[in-house]
Amino acid sequence: MNEILSQTSLFAIFLTLCAFELGRWLQKKTKLSVLNPILTSAIMIIVFLLITGVDNSVYQEGAKTFSWMLTPATVCLAVPLYEEVQILKKNIPAIIAGVAAGTVSSLGFIALMSWLMELDHSLYVSLLPKSITSAMAVVLSEQMGGLASITTMIIVVTGILGSVLGPIFCKIFRLNDDISAGVAYGTSAHVIGTSKAAQISELMGAVSSLSLVVAGILTALIFPLFV
Amino acid sequence: MEFIFSIAILLGFTFLGELLHVLLPLPIPAAIYGLLLLFLALNFKLVSVKKVKKTAGFFISIMSILFVAPVVNLMDSWQIVADNIIQIIVIVVLSTIIVFAISGNVTKLMLKGKESKNE
Repeated sequence: MNEILSQTSLFAIFLTLCAFELGRWLQKKTKLSVLNPILTSAIMIIVFLLITGVDNSVYQEGAKTFSWMLTPATVCLAVPLYEEVQILKKNIPAIIAGVAAGTVSSLGFIALMSWLMELDHSLYVSLLPKSITSAMAVVLSEQMGGLASITTMIIVVTGILGSVLGPIFCKIFRLNDDISAGVAYGTSAHVIGTSKAAQISELMGAVSSLSLVVAGILTALIFPLFV
Repeated sequence: MEFIFSIAILLGFTFLGELLHVLLPLPIPAAIYGLLLLFLALNFKLVSVKKVKKTAGFFISIMSILFVAPVVNLMDSWQIVADNIIQIIVIVVLSTIIVFAISGNVTKLMLKGKESKNE
């Protein structure tokens, strides 16, 4: 089985697309943010591989076909960024200040906690970019010796946490205008938080989406100082 | 044909980003260079938003699928997570709350400051 399937990369691509669609359907049906399709589809694939006895390495080899799209997809974020900057021109300084404060405190806090708890260096680097979108975080983490698999999982978990608890956080921290709340969602919970913010209001979604890109850029620029 | 043209533009900026990443001695990912260059090009109207919007939307919409395989890879590095599970949970939960509170409140303060200046 392993030998036959390692001849074709389409097996991994087909499996991933099917599992992801199934995961999306599941989330739509249940309306639960916790059932993020990245997590549910990954679990389905792991179960599938364990049952059929296909090696993870065979699956990964095929799935590599996907990975080239990551960089252009990230570059494409420039388009919504441009459009949001046009809409939010007046509030740009306040948004950037909030994102910068959040980004620095995120990196600083993780560095401090990892030092206090004596975490392994590669685990520390894998956790460091946890609040930004995976496309940028995975590259940063790998560049500095982290593990892409851990970084991705932590990012998805962070995103789910931010989007599920966001409305409660907004109440506790009294973020009652759309711009401040949008910055909080985008800076702490990247794309997953942004989709939640966009459900609440269009303005909050746009601010969150702008924040996530700015947070990613800022993190990439100051990341080397923390490694 | 428009589709092909827009793909060419977007991949062209990605290529420029990778070129800068190779040529410049900074630890900045290629995607960030590409993103900033494309943003500048849109700002200075070198590239029209209309032309690339659809294709960019497509690339962004498929981004989530690209992360499924890395998460599946946890099968092989699960031990590291299991050995540090408590530390990881503490860091993830606390830092998410902290970032949420700080980023939102700094923006709120700045917006308030601006309002009172205008009054």
